Amino acid sequence: MSKLVVLSIGPASSVQDGGRFGAQRYGLPPSGAMDRLGLAAANCLVGNSLFGAAIEIGPFGASFMARDGAVRLALAGAPRSADIAGRPVAWNSSMTLAEGATLKLGMARGSFSYLAIEGGIAGEAMFGSLAVNARAGLGSPHPRPLQAGDELNVMAASGTAESRIDLPAEVAGPICLVLGPQDDEFGDSVDLFLDSAWKISPTSDRMGYRLEGPVIKHLHGHNIVSDGTVNGSIQVPGNGLPIVLMPDRGTSGGYPKIATIISADFGRFAQTPAGTAFRFKAIGMAEAQAEARKFAELLRNLPDRLREIENFDLNIEALQDANVAGAAVNAVDAGTWQIAPNDAVTPD
Amino acid sequence: MAALLSPPRLLPSGDSAITVEFSRHIDDAANRRVLALDRRLVRAPIAGVTETVPTYRSLLVHYDPTQIDFEALAKKLAELALAPVPPTENARRWRIPVAYGGENGIDLEDFAKTLGTTPDDVVAQHVASVYRVAMIGFSPGWSYLSGLHESLQMPRRQNPRLLTPAGTISIGGVQTGIQCLAGPSGWHLLGRTPVRTYHLHRDPIFLLEPGDRVMFYVVDAKTFAEQDRAAEHGELIAELMAA
Repeated sequence: MSKLVVLSIGPASSVQDGGRFGAQRYGLPPSGAMDRLGLAAANCLVGNSLFGAAIEIGPFGASFMARDGAVRLALAGAPRSADIAGRPVAWNSSMTLAEGATLKLGMARGSFSYLAIEGGIAGEAMFGSLAVNARAGLGSPHPRPLQAGDELNVMAASGTAESRIDLPAEVAGPICLVLGPQDDEFGDSVDLFLDSAWKISPTSDRMGYRLEGPVIKHLHGHNIVSDGTVNGSIQVPGNGLPIVLMPDRGTSGGYPKIATIISADFGRFAQTPAGTAFRFKAIGMAEAQAEARKFAELLRNLPDRLREIENFDLNIEALQDANVAGAAVNAVDAGTWQIAPNDAVTPD
Repeated sequence: MAALLSPPRLLPSGDSAITVEFSRHIDDAANRRVLALDRRLVRAPIAGVTETVPTYRSLLVHYDPTQIDFEALAKKLAELALAPVPPTENARRWRIPVAYGGENGIDLEDFAKTLGTTPDDVVAQHVASVYRVAMIGFSPGWSYLSGLHESLQMPRRQNPRLLTPAGTISIGGVQTGIQCLAGPSGWHLLGRTPVRTYHLHRDPIFLLEPGDRVMFYVVDAKTFAEQDRAAEHGELIAELMAA
């Protein structure tokens, strides 16, 4: 057994996996990775099941050390500068951290990165998942975000040759959505919603991303009788500023939902940094479901995208990919990823 | 003769869920149809449906769009939703203790005053009804109960509280509820129950199911404290009543 020691880590960093499904009827949120492709790519690189537990790292830097043996790990999701003992390492790649060596990660270009560990993370699953949801006291090995000093028991590095993974080029277009279930509560405001540029507020978290933009008016007031929510539900509370519901969302809510982000674009939306302008685009159901099937196929075929790294030191292309240190997001500060307490959502 | 049932609205909640909406209002008849459809989907699962979430007036059906598409699933759900609601359900009936007022129910006195009555009368009325679990949502184990007597209905507070205690029994609008975890709430806090509707280290983890019946009875603060310790160690405290 080796240990991966968390030397430093920012807020919004926790153990996450594919999520916890089947208990939303009892009020239990699914939790799980904000960016499923990032999680799956990291796991794929070290031979884990695609939606096994990994470390989801929030926008800030972090550092880790291997103890009691070497640790083989992989990095994917929002890219950042990364080095082991001062030598830059490539993103979307696996690597072996020698005993006593330190892996340092900079700020994310995006929001969430995934650090998967060969053999996965040991813990006690609840409803089939290790995903952390601190509010519900769920998650393993700790039912809370990770903090400096945490140690994870992990498998000793196998010595397998390192790999990189070739992912499709990032798409920069609008975030696609399907209107409804309550778009009829908004009348002409639907056009304003679709025609406007939006930014994600710094007071966002794994429950919800608050959007900044024009006020979206309701036709019949902002209270509806609660109904169920999904990842990507866009609800509009009384102040007219939409909130996109994320994996730690309440399972039901009493604000009208104008639209829902398509599942294939959810991870890309989750990775949109606070303060960056973006737009939505409404598409039809048939197109949305075709995108969902394409995304499922991309995930299923990830192992075909693995390439063995023959000479780790000469992997120039990957090193250039990793050189993203200049891309820190200025909208992010120490208050980011903490919901302001007076914004708390209450039951309906 | 069974009344003709109106067709529900089938609303897209993205590409992987359908909201089957029976009503836009808090409506007991609609809620019974929600729970009936939910039970039908448990008894005769549709391939591709992954999870269902009943609420007061709608059933959210999560599905895998690589297995079934919106049109095909919507058609099946529309047919199932028109089947008559079975007249008798074998609902479980729970007796649940509550310590009303004092530090366990800080709004009880003001609540009674606003209604022009006494705390004792409020409590007597609250324990006199048989409630139905209409839905569980918002946070783990938060159970919304229908069947609140008209005389106890009161709009939610103007200013929601950011932190209210675990086990709170409260009233909001036409509903009463059991809140399991400490958290924000804009409802009127009448008392607390030691019963955990959600307890990770107990079998069952979730006590109540939508459709269950609930009756409350009064315990004093001392009994509450004793039962609270036992409940923390995994005892149910809630009692099932004979059918």
